[in-house]
Amino acid sequence: MAPLVKRNHWVVRLTHWVNVVAVILMAGSGMRIFNAHPAFARPGERFALNPWEGTPIPAWLTFGRWLGGARHWHFAAMWLLVANGLLYLGFLFFHGEWRDIVPRRGDARDAVEMIKFYLFVRRDHPHQGKHNALQKSAYFAMPVLGVVLVLSGLAIWKPVTLGFITALFVNYKWARVVHFVAMALLLLLALVHVFMVLSVDPYALRAIVTGWYDRARAPEARNARPFYHLFGAARSEPSSEPTPPSS
Amino acid sequence: MTLDRRRFLTVSAASITGSILAACDKNPRSAQALLQLAERGNARVEAGLFRHSAMNHVAPDAPIAGPSFPKYFVSPRVPVWDAAANGVWRLEVSGAVRHPLSLTLDDLMKFPRVTQKVDHFCVEGWNARATWSGVRVSDLARAAGITDDAQFVDFGGFDKGYHESWDMQSAMHPQTILALGMDGYLLTPGHGAPARVHSPIKLGYKNTKYLTRVVFMPVRNGGYWSDQGYEWYGGT
Repeated sequence: MAPLVKRNHWVVRLTHWVNVVAVILMAGSGMRIFNAHPAFARPGERFALNPWEGTPIPAWLTFGRWLGGARHWHFAAMWLLVANGLLYLGFLFFHGEWRDIVPRRGDARDAVEMIKFYLFVRRDHPHQGKHNALQKSAYFAMPVLGVVLVLSGLAIWKPVTLGFITALFVNYKWARVVHFVAMALLLLLALVHVFMVLSVDPYALRAIVTGWYDRARAPEARNARPFYHLFGAARSEPSSEPTPPSS
Repeated sequence: MTLDRRRFLTVSAASITGSILAACDKNPRSAQALLQLAERGNARVEAGLFRHSAMNHVAPDAPIAGPSFPKYFVSPRVPVWDAAANGVWRLEVSGAVRHPLSLTLDDLMKFPRVTQKVDHFCVEGWNARATWSGVRVSDLARAAGITDDAQFVDFGGFDKGYHESWDMQSAMHPQTILALGMDGYLLTPGHGAPARVHSPIKLGYKNTKYLTRVVFMPVRNGGYWSDQGYEWYGGT
């Protein structure tokens, strides 16, 4: 067995799990707040862009029980989310690990290759660094959405006192739309992330808990797609190496 | 073996999160202290960010809600001032003031009039535009001669004892008015006739309707919705 490598710094592991709690609290209480007025139109107006205008989110997905309670949770947990997010982003910046997730030239092409691989159009797992191109874009998009969520959240929390932030989103109504859509996208990415971890690289769970990662079991080494070669069955498959000539 | 340990860690992480959530849902009191601490901290942050120069701007051509502007009150029926039983409606201005006032509608009409098209922000998440006319609360405070003890102000009305208290800074904001008219007409009973507090800088529930008394105070005294668990500060 190949030696383990340290993959995730303790700051990354800590902020990841604090973020799980903070995002669940924020999304659950936020959806309960939304249910007090599950629409984007102002009274007497229409909002044609939302086909579910007026439809509340199922109560079991929400948190905080009632509007006032959910607001207390939302405005308390926001500090946890922001402090945790600043710690994470500060770490990424000063430790140089932003390079692992910030997009660079060639990522789009690599992402297309990953999609081709997952769709069985391409046989071999594309070569990758720490993350594949799809992971990179997701891990980059999540903090970006986090920043959008915090800004649009400030815009609807303090639409007069911080009116200049509200103006970034045109007005209160549109800031609310942006806040909601960014939340939905973040939850979608989080769900895809959990699905991909469990179905492609469950060995990454150790890396996000203890920090250690077994490179020999990396998806690239296993040629793993969702639910394919989950336990490393095809690890030794000579996928791209030419057969040595027999003497 | 190693797989089992990983699964154990995953399952335990999931169950820890789950039990935190379950505990909160079953017994919110356990988290109550923390939430109250956050609310007090947030109110301090909000008051610290508050500026009288930060105003609500609604474009002059923006549509108003008009008849769609939601009406609400806490009494079983729309409250209407009963002049036969209670005499002519008056607004009592009292508390930490040098000259307590008892003003009729005619008296209020003699104050400098402001007319502003502003947002109304409801705690539920909607906002609605209307053009409000009336008297600045700061002008009222000046007329009554508030003293240094006036740190808070309570707005009370005849809607089943509805009241909400405010910090002075918010009450003195130039867009905080005692509204007598809406969209060019005198207030209708559905919107708090004959007078109501209106300001874009506080959430709707802080804007007491059916107003009868303005009391300047050295300490705050809660309010109808703030006593039921909504934030006392309720600022925008």
